[in-house]
Amino acid sequence: MAKLRLRYAKRGKLRFTSHRDIARAVERAVRKAHLPVAFSQGFSPHPKLSWIGAAPTGVASEAEYVEIQLVERRAPDVVRTALNAALPNGLTVLDVVDATGGSLAERIEASEWLLELPGIADDTLQAAAAALLAVPHVEVDRLTKNGMRKLDVRPAVLSLRTVRPEESGLPETPPEATTGVGPYGILAMVVRQTTPTVRPDDVLSALGVVAGLAPLVPVKATRVAQGRLDDAGGLVDPLLEDRGAGAAEVVHTGQPVQHVVD
Amino acid sequence: MSVESVFPRLEPLLPKVAKPVQYVGGELNATTKEWDAVAVRWALMYPDAYEVGVANQGVMILYEVLNERPDALAERTYSVWPDLEELMRAHGVPQFTVDAHRPVGAFDVFGISFATELGYTNMLTALDLAGIPLHASERGLDDPIVLGGGHAAFNPEPIAEFLDAAVLGDGEEAVGEITDILRDWKAAGRPGGRDELLTRLAETGNVYVPKFYDVRYLASGGIDTVLPNRERVPERVGKRTTMDLDEWPYPKQPLVPLAESVHERMSVEIFRGCTRGCRFCQAGMITRPVRERSIQGIGDMVHNGLEASGFQEVGLLSLSSADHSEIGEIAKGLADRYEGTNTGLSLPSTRVDAFNVDLANELSRNGRRSGLTFAPEGGSERIRRVINKIASEEDLIRTVSTAYASGWRQVKLYFMCGLPTETDEDVLQIAHMAHEVIRAGREASGRKDIRCTISIGGFVPKPHTPFQWAAQSDPATVDNRLRKLRAEVNSDRKLGRNIGMRYHDGEPSFIEGLLSRGDRRIGKVIERVWREGGRFDGWQERFSYQRWVDAADAELEPLGVSLAWFTTRERDELEVLPWDHLDSGLEKEWLWADWQDALNGEEQDDCRWTPCFDCGVCPTMGTSIQVGPSGQPLLPISPV
Repeated sequence: MAKLRLRYAKRGKLRFTSHRDIARAVERAVRKAHLPVAFSQGFSPHPKLSWIGAAPTGVASEAEYVEIQLVERRAPDVVRTALNAALPNGLTVLDVVDATGGSLAERIEASEWLLELPGIADDTLQAAAAALLAVPHVEVDRLTKNGMRKLDVRPAVLSLRTVRPEESGLPETPPEATTGVGPYGILAMVVRQTTPTVRPDDVLSALGVVAGLAPLVPVKATRVAQGRLDDAGGLVDPLLEDRGAGAAEVVHTGQPVQHVVD
Repeated sequence: MSVESVFPRLEPLLPKVAKPVQYVGGELNATTKEWDAVAVRWALMYPDAYEVGVANQGVMILYEVLNERPDALAERTYSVWPDLEELMRAHGVPQFTVDAHRPVGAFDVFGISFATELGYTNMLTALDLAGIPLHASERGLDDPIVLGGGHAAFNPEPIAEFLDAAVLGDGEEAVGEITDILRDWKAAGRPGGRDELLTRLAETGNVYVPKFYDVRYLASGGIDTVLPNRERVPERVGKRTTMDLDEWPYPKQPLVPLAESVHERMSVEIFRGCTRGCRFCQAGMITRPVRERSIQGIGDMVHNGLEASGFQEVGLLSLSSADHSEIGEIAKGLADRYEGTNTGLSLPSTRVDAFNVDLANELSRNGRRSGLTFAPEGGSERIRRVINKIASEEDLIRTVSTAYASGWRQVKLYFMCGLPTETDEDVLQIAHMAHEVIRAGREASGRKDIRCTISIGGFVPKPHTPFQWAAQSDPATVDNRLRKLRAEVNSDRKLGRNIGMRYHDGEPSFIEGLLSRGDRRIGKVIERVWREGGRFDGWQERFSYQRWVDAADAELEPLGVSLAWFTTRERDELEVLPWDHLDSGLEKEWLWADWQDALNGEEQDDCRWTPCFDCGVCPTMGTSIQVGPSGQPLLPISPV
């Protein structure tokens, strides 16, 4: 038995996939790539994949994680190449490591998100972010299966700031973001993973409450990193420990964004 | 002149609709080609929701066949749900393809595959959203050719106003021929305009162009004549038949959707056509003769399809899969090959035959045995003789006992209600049969927790079948019989609690009947229903019977006909049927004789194993049945 840990991205049109859609696509890719995946026992055996969280439907991500149990070891690079050849465009494996123990889920306590807000100027956004950070609580309404619920967004928001399109590091910023035709605001934020989860659209609703921010078009959100918080308020690559001795050499493929903790 | 993607305009709407993933495409093995690099562009539609349409084998085949041509491209489009339709109208977003999100109105051909007539209103939504005039007569030179196909195209008269053309029969070769004609016409500067193009298509003898035919009616309401109104147009249009299935091993690269679809598996068509002669079955009648794919061809398609898709299950598809002349070898060969790989193999079982259980056992050698399906179709032996689906009750009990004894826990039985000559008693026999199944199954398996599900559909008389003359039962009769049946099933509580019953109301089938055997006068009814909000009529929760009845009253009464005239009226031998000028190969005289045999409860054998009974298809179409056995083994897999 060998366990691999994977970081993957969902991009472009595939941001509209649900977690179940992705799980099916990855299971098929594992078969198509002929990886010796372990199967559960029982009446209806299924491949042993364990999912760590999942970005909501409609949200893109550069930092999703899954563990795959194999019956015999395969080199991480080989697995990455084989899976990427088998996955549909828009799902991309970015990183594969041998699991060295411990729990991956416990290495994740917060996410960094980027929110694209075409039509909203940077200074408007800065003011809204400052207004949010200045208050201890912001309640928003969220539609759940059980109807509208109140959710306090503020405690989970660890940092909130604006970044310029060209420094966002987004894999697919639309051309209008950099051509200067109208404003194109981008918010970067680190949000603690709490129960219930505070999602990017909840933060947006909170900005509406505190600053009257009403984006003209639905926002595109991208998760750019997940991990444990370090002392500076940044996120630690959750696969770092698995890399062992060579860890320091591996450049985290995430964002060069500096986090500002309030 | 290139065409821009509508995706940037669609994308902001998607977070506001249910299941947005169904509109984004991105399927594994989908193809997007350069617009300007090809001469002829096809938009292919299955007029239902994505989750249903994306799995459609016919569209998948044509999509791949066309995209393999260097001079053509094909993209797919599906029906959008009303939530997105409303937003698209509000924001001016046209009907789009899911491949490159190109506007459907920009393509040369808009091909729509109709498996069921209840998709007609969805076609109108798509045309309207695409900005294509609803009526063929209002279309201009730059509008796509709106082309119908699929089984419903064997009587396209109810949608004749909306279609420019229809293709009868197999599409693999037809789409190539149409592409050639279109390419040459475009290259020559579109001489003679749209009419010349349509005439060139009609000249092939296999493409029906409704507007080139005039229909004259009798004072009695029936049809007097249907005649071509110009030169170069044939009096009767014939169907296409692809003879060598091994030459067309499609889909080679099955589409694997991201969204969940109705079929979470790939399908390999193991033969086409059926000569069992079930009299209700339009598919069996219009797809003759039987053409088998070879055992090696099947083996290759299964292997290549699994490699290309990563699917975990393969269905061996046909109208009666156990009838392949080498099905035993195929089942054993595939079970051997995929032993220990967690690959599921399934055979959509239909005939009541113990051999089917052996096959199912073989295919599920290492996997789960959950449910087996059989289709006796009729509850009593008498009605089964009428429909020519021959199986005695003893056969059925023996078959299901074998199944339960082999470890299957659930048996599904398919039936129809509303069949010609049917009485309450014929339908109540279904309950008796289900009770016997449970009794025998408990004995054979030694368990109490076995299940039997009876699934009942309303019978719809279809064109080009011996039942094309039959009176359709009205919904009240069907619903009443089903109520009595439910009471009968539950009359024995001890057995009844292991029996599930699934059925639909009779009303949608009744409207399907109107659309199936209707003529050109039904077009106004369809359009009125659509204008009044009719969408997704194949979905029970969206179907409004009253809307159809009201529209039929409003549009048909002034013409001296009615909903009842088209449905519950039995036709006589000499009546001109709306589809008589469309040739499925079947002799009308033979169909009539078979209809008379049905009424007399006389059976008809299968011509694969008994002498030809002169249905007419082979001589008319210049075809012949193609069955094995070849005696060849399932070839070992060679590395690709």
